[in-house]
Amino acid sequence: MVTQLQTTAPNHEQNVLIEVSELTKRFDNVTAVDRISFTVRQGELFGFLGPNGAGKTTTINILTGLARPDSGVIRIGNLNYSKNPKIVQHLMGIVPDESNLYPELSGFDNLCFCASLYGVSKSEGRTRARELLETFDLKEAADRKFAGYSKGMKRKLTIAAGIIHRPEILFLDEPTTGIDVASARQIRQLIAELHRAGTTILLTTHYIEEAERLCERIAFIVKGQIVRVDSVTNLLQPIQERKAMLISFLSGANNLCSKLVATFPDFEFQSISAEQVRVESANIINIGPLVRFIEDQGAEVTEARRLRPSLEEVFIRVTGIELNAMRREIEKGKGNL
Amino acid sequence: MKQWIAFWSIVHKDIQAYYLKPPNISWGLIFPVAWTGMFFIKSGSGLESILTLLPGVIAISILFGTTSMLAVTVTFEKKNRSFERLLLAPIPLELLMLAKTGGAILFGVVNASVPIVLALFLTDLSQVAWLTVFFVAVLIAISSTFLGLFIAVSVSEVFEAQTFSNFFRFPMIFLCGLFFPIDSIPALLRPLSYLFPLTYGADILHGAIHGKNIMPLPLDFATITVFCMVLFYISLRNINRKWIV
Repeated sequence: MVTQLQTTAPNHEQNVLIEVSELTKRFDNVTAVDRISFTVRQGELFGFLGPNGAGKTTTINILTGLARPDSGVIRIGNLNYSKNPKIVQHLMGIVPDESNLYPELSGFDNLCFCASLYGVSKSEGRTRARELLETFDLKEAADRKFAGYSKGMKRKLTIAAGIIHRPEILFLDEPTTGIDVASARQIRQLIAELHRAGTTILLTTHYIEEAERLCERIAFIVKGQIVRVDSVTNLLQPIQERKAMLISFLSGANNLCSKLVATFPDFEFQSISAEQVRVESANIINIGPLVRFIEDQGAEVTEARRLRPSLEEVFIRVTGIELNAMRREIEKGKGNL
Repeated sequence: MKQWIAFWSIVHKDIQAYYLKPPNISWGLIFPVAWTGMFFIKSGSGLESILTLLPGVIAISILFGTTSMLAVTVTFEKKNRSFERLLLAPIPLELLMLAKTGGAILFGVVNASVPIVLALFLTDLSQVAWLTVFFVAVLIAISSTFLGLFIAVSVSEVFEAQTFSNFFRFPMIFLCGLFFPIDSIPALLRPLSYLFPLTYGADILHGAIHGKNIMPLPLDFATITVFCMVLFYISLRNINRKWIV
């Protein structure tokens, strides 16, 4: 069962490898995925960004064959995958949101076993396993049981298991959730390297910075629906044209935000906390008069910082999900960015 | 070819990770020994009773060995999500589940050999039709394993699988003609006996070991084979329905 992918098909955008149209999945009365459509190009790193419960994992499960859609069509290459997921599963590498290797087996044996599931010969599997253990800094732990690995090590070995058969398409479901900063950074570097090597990657995450740093195109998914799909550059463009600053001060002024609005009508103000105000404008923000005004109100300005336009801001604008809510999501996932 | 690499690898992994573990080896040996000792001593009829007890002990050793192991290899892997890794592999579900049950079937056959080896030291087994014993041991191992699979797929916790297994296993000890002829079972319960695959396996064993089968052997073989196929089909259907949602 060796299927060659042909990515160019009539009426299709060139190099489209994954094409999803009107995909829907319901669990009882809950619509987990609601008529979503998107495409992923060959060699692209495509991000799925949304809060917990947005439908990211359900979409991945459907795309990998672990769940059946209620309706919709999935085409991978020129094959209608919706009917029989087995026809292209050999092309896929899957890294689930939880490390699910065999606790009783060593790291090395786990990798060899995963290679064999994809028909990789014993000798080739062993060579590749050694290579990946080296790449992922797990060589020393190769003979230790997976059950004894730390969370970060488990995550790295799970990613290694996902790419042991050199898949053309890699599905990464929340690859850095709940692990330490150093491991998360290493995993992001490895993802970037895989992407550079030409692997098509579909990454789900609720870490906005991670998506911004790694992905070429991003789909924002909220409550099972895709609300926007675009390249990171295009997503950032509208806010890049606007200037933003964050002014921090020692509390002392009452109703500062409303006074600022009344005094500087050309600027938009947003009270972040009792000690921080965000200023936004389409024109250059002259900080001097603002600082003087705030200090005249009895507050001591401690910092005035230019804000880099971020995807987080775009996400909040597009989805309507509040900044604090997203932060709570990140904290729930033991944020590590 | 590639699918067979996966197949053998799953069988090998299960044997390495589960069946060759010291607790399971001791379970596989001690359990049949205990059954053998218990029935031989309890029967009180001396060594001549070994031939009539041996079919039941063989069958029960296979039944308990296989059904217990499936609860671990399937339910445990489903719970810790490593079973998903197998479902995502590019091999047909039928082949995957045959691989997954292969180790348990082998374990059951090995379990069957323990009371046979013990009996070899205690009595004359020259009249036994060994080829028939071998084939029926394999068939009992397959049907019991698939019964274990059916149970494992129906529950979500290992302890539930063990409890649910006993719901089938203990009635089977008394209803399948292992130690008491089916004729001696109350008439009201007798139809139940014919609903268990072990009844047919035990009957073949009785025929092959001491020549006292109550049904024609071809019918026994055909019925237990049908049970194997039906149980496997139901298990596959349940996996498709419950685990690939």
